[in-house]
Amino acid sequence: MKMSKFFAWLAIAVGVTYFFVPLLGTFEFSLRMRRGEYSLDAYGSVFSDIQFQQTFGFSILMALFTIAFGMLLVVPTAYWVRLRLPQMRPFVEFVTLMPLVIPAIVIVFGYLRLYNSSSYIPFTGSVLGTNILLVMSYITLSLPYMYRSVDTAMRTIDVRTLTEAAEILGAKWPTILFKCIFPNVMSGVLSGAFITFAIVIGEFTMAALLNRPAFGPYLQLVGANKAYEPSALAIIAFAITWLSMGLIQLVSRFGKLTQSRP
Amino acid sequence: MPFLALANIKKSFGQTQVVHDFNMSIEKGEFISFLGPSGCGKTTVLRMIAGFEPPSAGTIHIDGKDQTRLKPNQRNIGMVFQAYALFPNMTVFDNVAFGLKVAGQPKAEIEKRVKEMLKLIHLEHLADRYPYQMSGGQQQRVALARALAPKPQVLLLDEPLSALDAKIRVSLREEIRMIQRQLGITTVFVTHDQEEALSISDRIVVMNAGRADQIGSPSDIYNRPATRFVASFVGTLNIIEATVIDPANGSVMIGDQSVTLRESIADKSGGEKLSLALRPEAGSLAESAKGDTALTGKVVSANFLGSVVRTRINVGGNIISFDMFNSPDLVMPAPDEIVTLRFSAGDLLIIRD
Repeated sequence: MKMSKFFAWLAIAVGVTYFFVPLLGTFEFSLRMRRGEYSLDAYGSVFSDIQFQQTFGFSILMALFTIAFGMLLVVPTAYWVRLRLPQMRPFVEFVTLMPLVIPAIVIVFGYLRLYNSSSYIPFTGSVLGTNILLVMSYITLSLPYMYRSVDTAMRTIDVRTLTEAAEILGAKWPTILFKCIFPNVMSGVLSGAFITFAIVIGEFTMAALLNRPAFGPYLQLVGANKAYEPSALAIIAFAITWLSMGLIQLVSRFGKLTQSRP
Repeated sequence: MPFLALANIKKSFGQTQVVHDFNMSIEKGEFISFLGPSGCGKTTVLRMIAGFEPPSAGTIHIDGKDQTRLKPNQRNIGMVFQAYALFPNMTVFDNVAFGLKVAGQPKAEIEKRVKEMLKLIHLEHLADRYPYQMSGGQQQRVALARALAPKPQVLLLDEPLSALDAKIRVSLREEIRMIQRQLGITTVFVTHDQEEALSISDRIVVMNAGRADQIGSPSDIYNRPATRFVASFVGTLNIIEATVIDPANGSVMIGDQSVTLRESIADKSGGEKLSLALRPEAGSLAESAKGDTALTGKVVSANFLGSVVRTRINVGGNIISFDMFNSPDLVMPAPDEIVTLRFSAGDLLIIRD
């Protein structure tokens, strides 16, 4: 018993060391910009860089569009599959898992082939079109996480009975979906939103190959040309991801607290 | 003309027919219970009345209007579900107001009606609570208020008490019946609990394998079961196998003992097998007991159940249970003791299969 506890703690210690030592090293290095003393100069340099502000703002905007349109696609789909087409569940799950097994570079080359400026739907022929294509590709990338978080939240409520209860009270589909179902899967929607946000903020392949000024390509650019700023940016990116994860924990705990009890 | 009429209703799921030619006429203000075991089709009939399942054949009329193909949100029906189905994101007030808001009623009227409904279920003080902050019994009362708020023509109750504990079930079923009488609303109640059905219904439909085996008042169902299934499902009726001896004077043999029935068996022939039903409360062991009929048998067991003692005796291979009221001077029969059970011949009912 004691031995197994020792090995459990040892495994945890190895894991924590493996994870935190590089992070601590990066953080420590990001503070060394001023010779001979620790400072936040690297962070100051990053935040004052106009390119940082522009690319970060652009990525935030793309993330918000991705979340909004992604949820408009995912919530009704998950709802419909759960309510009316349960036999379609394996197929939908398979489709939503595809982005995990198909590399982003393959997806983006597919997009470029399908939607280039000489195709029938020339998304890449304009800036707006390319941005729309970028949002669509981000939705594809975040589909596995969005669908799963919404579907898990739907599992915690009795979708069928709530729908029937609303229906017998005279409600039509939009009212049922937006007043009775959507608010009750909000914890899943928010979890999906935060994870999507974290993915979009750091995404490189899609943005670089579609030639959009996003935060991912900026990270790469800074990493190739500067010394201390990339470390500061890595810590900032980690902080954003952790904040998103923390918020996911918070909303899922809140969701559990408000479950109806028998 | 009946207020709610179900005519020749059939329902199949794929190749399986779950409701066979179901007919039912319900008068305005009546409280009807669909009683039967799981899978007998009672909930399916209820869901067809609600509009959640389209019938494979037949028609549903409410107040003379054909509702068969209408969607649930076009029918003006209230429904209470087994799992409460309160909207977790809404307060009690908003849950009860939901149907009224959907109907586009003015705010002042909604507020007045919701308060009226919450008063009816004695939960005015919990208007701001969320469902997760309430007990199961309270949630189900809110569900009832929500169903009644838009003044539906018919109220459907789908096993609303099943998820509650025994004490709350009894008090809530009485409350439901009181509210139903007060509002005079036509109500269909689905349950598998015979005590529930017997205690609150005007009429009971006993369902078996997608068919209505018997439709009648609680007293009819309990005292005059039409089929073996009804007899065995409602109460703890004894089914006794007998052989016809003389159809003209109604005598039959139970084991090696002769009994004369009050019910006519003139249509039977000598030697024909017959199933008879006897209520456990109809018999007594006391020598002074009233009754023109007696059966002698060996005691199998005697169990003390609080208010009654249930004794099982073996009469010619038939195990007959009967109940005696508990009293301080009651002597419990001992196993293997030979006893004589006395009852009225009128208590022996002939059961059809």
